[in-house]
Amino acid sequence: MLEIRGLRVKLEEEDKQILKGVDLTVEAGKVHAIMGPNGSGKSTLSYVLSGRDGYEVTGGSATLEGADLLELEPEERAALGLFLAFQYPVEIPGVGNMTFLRTAVNAQRKAKGLEDMSAAEFLKVIRAKAKTLKIDADMLKRPVNVGFSGGEKKRNEILQMAMLEPKMCILDETDSGLDVDAMKLVSEGVNALRDAGRGFLVITHYQRLLDHIKPDVVHIMADGRIVKSGGPELALEVEQNGYADILAEVA
Amino acid sequence: MALDDRKASDTEARLAAMVMPDVGCTKAARGAALERVRAMGLPQRRDEYWKFTRPDTLTRTDAPRAAVFDAGEEPMFAGFDRLRIVFVDGVFSPERSDDLALEGVQIDRLEDVCCQDDHWAEDLYGTLEAAGQVPVDRPLAALNTAFAGDGVTIRVTGKPSRPISLVYTHEDEGSDVFLHHVVRVESGAEATILENGPAAARFNKCMEIDIADGGVLHHVRAQGRDHERRAVTHMFARLGRESVFKSFTLTVNGVLTRNETVITLAGDDAVAHVAGACAGDGDFHHDDTVFITHDAVNCESRQVFKKVLRNGATGVFQGKILVKSGAQKTDGYQISQSLLLDEDSQFLAKPELEIYADDVACSHGSTSGAIDEDALFYLRARGVPREIATDLLTLAFLAEAVEEIEREDLRNDIVGRMTEWLERRRQI
Ligand SMILES: Nc1ncnc2c1ncn2[C@@H]1O[C@H](COP(=O)(O)OP(=O)(O)O)[C@@H](O)[C@H]1O
Ligand SMILES: [Mg+2]
Repeated sequence: MLEIRGLRVKLEEEDKQILKGVDLTVEAGKVHAIMGPNGSGKSTLSYVLSGRDGYEVTGGSATLEGADLLELEPEERAALGLFLAFQYPVEIPGVGNMTFLRTAVNAQRKAKGLEDMSAAEFLKVIRAKAKTLKIDADMLKRPVNVGFSGGEKKRNEILQMAMLEPKMCILDETDSGLDVDAMKLVSEGVNALRDAGRGFLVITHYQRLLDHIKPDVVHIMADGRIVKSGGPELALEVEQNGYADILAEVA
Repeated sequence: MALDDRKASDTEARLAAMVMPDVGCTKAARGAALERVRAMGLPQRRDEYWKFTRPDTLTRTDAPRAAVFDAGEEPMFAGFDRLRIVFVDGVFSPERSDDLALEGVQIDRLEDVCCQDDHWAEDLYGTLEAAGQVPVDRPLAALNTAFAGDGVTIRVTGKPSRPISLVYTHEDEGSDVFLHHVVRVESGAEATILENGPAAARFNKCMEIDIADGGVLHHVRAQGRDHERRAVTHMFARLGRESVFKSFTLTVNGVLTRNETVITLAGDDAVAHVAGACAGDGDFHHDDTVFITHDAVNCESRQVFKKVLRNGATGVFQGKILVKSGAQKTDGYQISQSLLLDEDSQFLAKPELEIYADDVACSHGSTSGAIDEDALFYLRARGVPREIATDLLTLAFLAEAVEEIEREDLRNDIVGRMTEWLERRRQI
């Protein structure tokens, strides 16, 4: 599904190398987790994959089902089925959440050569999905993420994911700022989307999210590289001993 | 102060080419206005108040021509049950207009006022314009009072069931038009006035609005989209106690527009909101010049102006809040913002506060910025193409001004239009 080979990235504005050769393959139907200390480059990886400005790829490749992601505009990557749940969802005053979602859904349908979803159909679908995430009508009407609590923003990300039905989902610290109940809601939302045809890359600091979203593979990222990969037990090791042992071991 | 020779001679040259309509009862007011024009002189480029906008094409004798633009769409406000008063290149058209009779309002054509003895508007014509000449000269308004060829007087005595809709049709590429309207909202009365259309190749419009105690007037205007049209408009409003005036203007296209709004809050507890949304592309210069005087206690004024500019378009905002001594508990707010979609466009702003009372809350702010890159990326990461994302953010930016329109149906109508125009623009 997602193949990353020797990906090297520096900041466009400064001479600062952030990703120093990342190798990672996420297969369809699998959940991969990336853990790692703050500043190790996890968010940068997610931004570079989704096409944010400000980074310069200095080496390596990233493909989604064989398509070269790094050549494409962000909207083209999205239309191919890439989705990033942002660590910090952006507030957009003046754009209604519903308008935003309908525009996004129809833009992606158009890119796939499909007709717009009718207003009635869209309403039906979004209401059902919003309900399972406990997102009320008011949140749908309000401007995108404006005045949303941390937990509401994260649930809104998952709603977008559910509406867009991407093939490859990247979740960047979707658990940060969530209380236990919200974490459960979000995890259930993610688990409901687990499917043989869909890959997940879950970036997190904490093992606790992985109690809810059970990963197949866990990677540890440090200083711009994947330094260790293993099974779910690797996350437990991090939880118990922190990163120090692992980093010392690979150093 | 004596005018310099150049200004005096240019003004006289222009006046020599003008013909004052022969109009009975407004004759004295027109004569006085003519004297005001002579004393002030027509605006010139080096005048402080015209620092950001070149007045020459508005003042010169020959009006630049403007092609008639057919948008190929439903006319503005078409979906509303309204009383239409249609002017074709500045001439009232009874055939195209509705019957002017409507419960709660008395509407007369300006020339008919002059045939009636003791018409209510007789003493008002030119009065608010004259009062609005202090402390800043507005010679093009005085020129209008002196030479306006047509217009209506609207006296609201009740709560008319339909909006009064002034429609300015442009058919002649060379038309040069002066319209002057006088509006009086009586105590406790309430009405909505709509205006739309380009009116002429060059349009000079003056509207005097007198709102008595407890009167309410809503005003929504969409200036015509003919690309080459030019307009200078003045609104002079005087608000009585507990009265309300809310005005919104949408401007898209037009090579030159200067909208001056002069409001005096003369009675306690009055409320005046004036807002504008404008979108300019290329050869487009739009100037909002607003002057609000607080001359009573506990009044509220709000100015909300938003401009989206691209391909070298220019936006101007000159807004002033003057709080006179004694106008305690004034609540004054002013915001002017521009969204510059490229580096060729510019926004020139001069926000001013002048306060002579001590117990007031006034704030003003002016910003100019590019599109929010984080928001743009967020939208694109969801699959929304750049151009559509930019349009969504553009509409969002203008929304704060559009939300000043109190009537929801009108608000939605304006938003719907703007959405359509942006969509259509993308498809070209
Ligand atoms: N736009 C940027 N400008 C400056 N530094 C950046 C930028 N983006 C990332 N960095 C730096 O790159 C490193 C990796 O950051 P990030 O990818 O956010 O890490 P993580 O998500 O693992 O905490 C950090 O040192 C961070 O300060
Ligand atoms: Mg991060």
